[in-house]
Amino acid sequence: MEAAITKKDCIITAYRDHCIFLGRGGTLLESFAELMGRKAGCSRGKGGSMHFYKKDACFFGGHGIVGAQVPLGCGLAFAQKYRKEDHVTFAMYGDGAANQGQLFEALNMAALWDLPAILVCENNHYGMGTAEWRAAKSPAYYKRGDYVPGLKVDGMDAFAVKQACKFAKEHALKNGPIILEMDTYRYHGHSMSDPGSTYRTRDEISGVRQERDPIERIRKLILAHDIATEKELKDIEKQARKEVDEAIAQAKESPMPDESELFTNVYRKGFGVESFGTDRKELRASLP
Amino acid sequence: MGHHTNLLSYRRRLFQPSPAGDRKLISIYHSRPLFSVNSNLFCLIDESMWGIIRQNVGVTGGLSSQGLGNHMMRLRPVASAMRSYSSATKEMTVRDALNSALDEEMAADPNVFVMGEEVGEYQGAYKITKGLLDKYGPERVVDTPITEAGFAGIGVGAAYHGLRPVIEFMTFNFSMQAIDHVINSAAKSNYMSAGQINVPIVFRGPNGPAAGVGAQHSQCYGAWYGSVPGLKVLVPYSSEDARGLLKAAIRDPDPVVFLENELLYGESFPVSAEALDSSFCLPIGKAKIEREGKDITITAFSKMVGYALKAAEILEKDGINAEVINLRSIRPLDRATINASVRKTNRLVTVEEGFPQHGIGAEICASVVEDSFGYLDAPVERIAGADVPTPYAANLERMAFPQIEDIVRAAKRACYRSVPMSATA
Repeated sequence: MEAAITKKDCIITAYRDHCIFLGRGGTLLESFAELMGRKAGCSRGKGGSMHFYKKDACFFGGHGIVGAQVPLGCGLAFAQKYRKEDHVTFAMYGDGAANQGQLFEALNMAALWDLPAILVCENNHYGMGTAEWRAAKSPAYYKRGDYVPGLKVDGMDAFAVKQACKFAKEHALKNGPIILEMDTYRYHGHSMSDPGSTYRTRDEISGVRQERDPIERIRKLILAHDIATEKELKDIEKQARKEVDEAIAQAKESPMPDESELFTNVYRKGFGVESFGTDRKELRASLP
Repeated sequence: MGHHTNLLSYRRRLFQPSPAGDRKLISIYHSRPLFSVNSNLFCLIDESMWGIIRQNVGVTGGLSSQGLGNHMMRLRPVASAMRSYSSATKEMTVRDALNSALDEEMAADPNVFVMGEEVGEYQGAYKITKGLLDKYGPERVVDTPITEAGFAGIGVGAAYHGLRPVIEFMTFNFSMQAIDHVINSAAKSNYMSAGQINVPIVFRGPNGPAAGVGAQHSQCYGAWYGSVPGLKVLVPYSSEDARGLLKAAIRDPDPVVFLENELLYGESFPVSAEALDSSFCLPIGKAKIEREGKDITITAFSKMVGYALKAAEILEKDGINAEVINLRSIRPLDRATINASVRKTNRLVTVEEGFPQHGIGAEICASVVEDSFGYLDAPVERIAGADVPTPYAANLERMAFPQIEDIVRAAKRACYRSVPMSATA
């Protein structure tokens, strides 16, 4: 996606926001530190896994309420149109969120007002533990826009994704909203507490990994066209692992936030108003 | 309604002898708010709606300074306006106050826009946005479909990107459709992003009961929104409040919930020249002492401020000198002003139209017990809406919301003046 757009195009997504953050220019250290709730985190430890942001790269989070990010994304597109910018917004959501009412409310307004909004459904076929055919009467999410056109894209093919995003950006700037359904898969469970195997077979998981894995596909292409050798690719992987290990080690070194941070950023402008800890006779603070 | 106006025009008559030959001070109250169509109220008001109190001030050649002094206390804002400016003090309805505030802020900052149902071509469901579409065009005055969750979310998203939306909920009852965006998308964002994403949005509209609109259209949301850190919650009463607080809200970098009152829209209040200036803002988080007193503190907000002031006049006749605080801001709550007042008077009645459990009065009572317990000479009294969904029948609806006599009775209880208990139960 990033290859097709600029850092002035906005992206907003749900809680699986870590790689989007990296794609927008966030660092590994900021990511791991935030996951550990440390000072060096991108939200200084105050947001957590679901609340990564990078405003200077027009990445607006990181949202925990399923579906809420879609109207927010249409709002970003509204602002881009209001300011007569030549940029678009990618509002990303999953197949689980695709049935949310507020999505259709926002899509209706985006279509009425020709907002440059691209709704990207990352369809990994499971909303948490519920398979798409159990949740949606029509799991053809790219068609659910009705009066809004939609494209179904092989989400495991990096080139297809790039072309689709390029096309969608041109379309949205001229004609208003469009839906991109990215057909993909989630190898792991929904979250840390989900083994991911109570609602699907292990064969299914390994089957997808063998046949459709995006990185494997690129590797095969590179080798087939002699763009790099096996060794060079291995070195790239080793380098990546090294960077990740270093970032994790650095993140572990980063301290927890100061206790005073409990009370910071409640407001942008707090007027010195009082806020309270759990025992207000024990802990009060003045909000700057 | 502007009883101040009536007193003003009466003041000019004070120095003319009445047919009976003695000079009279007349103060007027009424028990139900009335819509004023223009400022010359005497032509329009049915005599039977008025209760008129006459006080004989003195025949000796003018108004005695003491009588005038008491009177001037009630007239305080008008009087100061009278002293500072020429005799023509401007009157303004709350509706016009809000409209002018929106107009001025939209003129001053091109990032400000209005969005909501019927705000444009309909000129506003309650005419608050009248004329704005013609002046600023459909890109800045945006009519929406009936999709609160959608347009509240779109508003917050626009605020993320740096615009300054004013989102109108036709009433705050409908904000429940969108409350996730007010709280999770707007209020918490600055905190969760450690200051990266602030949300300079205003959610405004009528709050609380109107008249005969039934249970689903009559709830007060002050306590709900007031409990959320990251929000600012404002509750104007007079036209000056409406102008100053709305302008401050629009300029504020944080999300503001602006709770108006449908029945106040048509009420007229005097406004000073200062308040008419386009740079006029009131501070957020500061209550106003509408009436100073020494025997008991009455806190109120929005329409109840008018009721509290009238209750104070009645209490005055019984020798109870009440201090009335207009909260203006539910969050931040001006605990300092409330506590200072209670430390002076030692007694407190809180008044609100919302449901009593976990209400504004509960928070004020807790604050006073925590910070000024030793100063209380009586338990705190709470007057609130009845603990029932709002009934439709007029007599039942009247029982469901505070009336002036409720405030008077509670104040007397707090002053240990016994009042016979009602016969029920």
